[in-house]
Amino acid sequence: MRPGITGLEDEAISIIREVAACFERPVILFSGGKDSVVMLHVAVRAFAPARLPFAVMHVDTGHNFPEVIDFRDRCLAGLGLNLTVASVQAAIDAGKVADAPSRNPLQTVALLDAIAENKFDAVLGGARRDEERARAKERVFSHRDTFGQWDPKNQRPELWNIYNTSHKQGEHFRVFPLSNWTELDIWTFIKEHDIELPSIYFAHKRRVFKRGGMLMADTEFLRPEAGEDVYEEMVRFRTVGDATCTAAVPSTAGGIDDVLAETAVARVTERGATRADDKISEAGMEDRKRQGYF
Amino acid sequence: MRQLRFATVGSVDDGKSTLIGRLLYDSKSIFEDQLEHVEAVSKRRGDDYVDLSLLTDGLRAEREQGITIDVAHRYFATPKRSFVIMDCPGHVQYTRNMVTGTSTADLAIILIDARHGVVEQTRRHSILTSLLGVPHLVVCVNKMDLVDYSEDRFNQIRDDFEAFASRLQLRDVTFLPISALKGDNVVERSDDLKWFEGPTLLHHLENVYTASDENKIDVRFPVQYVIRPRTAEHHDYRGYAGTVAGGVLRVGDDIVVLPSGLSSRITGIDSADGPLEEAVPGSAVTILLADDLSVTRGDMICRPNNRPRVIQDHDAMLCWLDSNAQLNPAKLYTLKHTTRSTRAKIGEVRYVLDISDLHRKTPEGPLSMNDIARVTVHTAEPLLRDDYEHNRVTGSFILVDESTGATAAAGMLLPPRE
Repeated sequence: MRPGITGLEDEAISIIREVAACFERPVILFSGGKDSVVMLHVAVRAFAPARLPFAVMHVDTGHNFPEVIDFRDRCLAGLGLNLTVASVQAAIDAGKVADAPSRNPLQTVALLDAIAENKFDAVLGGARRDEERARAKERVFSHRDTFGQWDPKNQRPELWNIYNTSHKQGEHFRVFPLSNWTELDIWTFIKEHDIELPSIYFAHKRRVFKRGGMLMADTEFLRPEAGEDVYEEMVRFRTVGDATCTAAVPSTAGGIDDVLAETAVARVTERGATRADDKISEAGMEDRKRQGYF
Repeated sequence: MRQLRFATVGSVDDGKSTLIGRLLYDSKSIFEDQLEHVEAVSKRRGDDYVDLSLLTDGLRAEREQGITIDVAHRYFATPKRSFVIMDCPGHVQYTRNMVTGTSTADLAIILIDARHGVVEQTRRHSILTSLLGVPHLVVCVNKMDLVDYSEDRFNQIRDDFEAFASRLQLRDVTFLPISALKGDNVVERSDDLKWFEGPTLLHHLENVYTASDENKIDVRFPVQYVIRPRTAEHHDYRGYAGTVAGGVLRVGDDIVVLPSGLSSRITGIDSADGPLEEAVPGSAVTILLADDLSVTRGDMICRPNNRPRVIQDHDAMLCWLDSNAQLNPAKLYTLKHTTRSTRAKIGEVRYVLDISDLHRKTPEGPLSMNDIARVTVHTAEPLLRDDYEHNRVTGSFILVDESTGATAAAGMLLPPRE
């Protein structure tokens, strides 16, 4: 293994190439969030000078920060890639799911529908094991049954760097090339390769209010309730997801070096600081993942 | 510095979770929300102390049963090095998870309770560590506080371990006296262990040298994927992508492609960061050759005068992993070895290894989960293979059950019998 971030990228490239070699219809998930941006860049680098042999898909809750959608489209145009959108709104309109205040869990339905419809057999995600304790248990090549479900107690052992990619018709794999990266590794890679991110990752003035100890952005999708005062604050986002459940953190880090410095001394995990939906229960993530969530 | 991936083996009783908690806590790698969560759960369950094992036991079933079922990965970094902890369950019935966790480990930490000394579990874990070829072993004699920090007790345990381990192939063993609970000699030195002149555990982990663990002599490059852009700009580009499994490849080297035996010369090495002059083990690169040969996934590029064995009959140590099916000698399995998949049949089961004392037992029935056995394997196509002791990448394979897709077994190739 080569030292530093190069060694982690070697590992990710090897995983991504294994997907290209062992699956018929792979798709790479892309939300415009930093992990998916890094994964997409690594994937493009893995096949250069050939084109990326994967489809690219965004599972869109419809509750987006406009800066992120704008970035998503520019980034893909720059790389010459086409986007498939799996729309939660469309799933709601079709009566497959009922709308809810947070559409984060509803993404599972739109995702599984799109996988079935496009016959995707491998779905690459940017999840990292250091994010959350259920993720810490997941394989790099994680098998899903025909219902898209994860069975954490019956995972295939994963030895050396030999990946069992065996799957039957209708089953698929979730593949996580960045499994062994940490939040700091992601930012280090972004700096070393001068990668553009959505502007909301850096400090900016925003109208926010406090809810459940977190700093929520005042958007058309999430309005303060009575007693929740809206005020202006310098903030940035450590994670970028559905606008109704992604919180901001107070920060003056306006550039990549400031963010790196902040991340190096952070005392709260990024999900703990910013994801309202993970606070629901002790096994919130495990339960969602079992049903087919990312 | 290279990242260090280390496995911690042993049971909760040995203080393993406390040790991991201590390493994370003292190196300031536990985040406040994680600690808050663990404190809240411990309190709700009525525990007397904060149970740091809750940090690593991520699954609902693990927390309910209070045991570790599956390997958990934990990440931490000091200014000097970054680390991945692969926390392996210690219970006998989870041998397969220990095999899984140690398969990629640079180093393993085995804990011994200073009061009990070397016990059956210590032997079992040491044997597995040796079998899986983990290059470095740290034996932590824990709970030194409960034996009055006795130097004699520490020396006695070390001597006991060495007497037993002389039969194993352990290349680098370090003994450390610690108390994970009190924090003695984990991250900070301890006044109570003044007689000990060695390093703290963290200092040892930060400095252990792993660059020489890879085989840098025997060039092995399994072709993983062929890159052909088919664009006007790169019309003639044909590159062989893969990860260097051994040796150092250099531009200008004469090579041979196996199994065809056709020779050529390396004209270029492309990487994500542009062209390289040489590629070391672990590098994900693309090799360009002078001649237009037919090279596909599963082939191997190596040096003309240094080739792996190309054979169909193998001796191997096999660890059975599948909990739902035993070995069926009549059945064909898919065998995956480097980037090559072929079908395989298990021939003879020569003996089953008793991993508590290395005793070779006659098999009493079909191999089942957690059994480790010496077997013969016949493959439909030749493998381009080395012995596991010379190269962990080109010496290892898995067996996949074709009817269920399960990973049935993991194998380590042995030198062929003459």
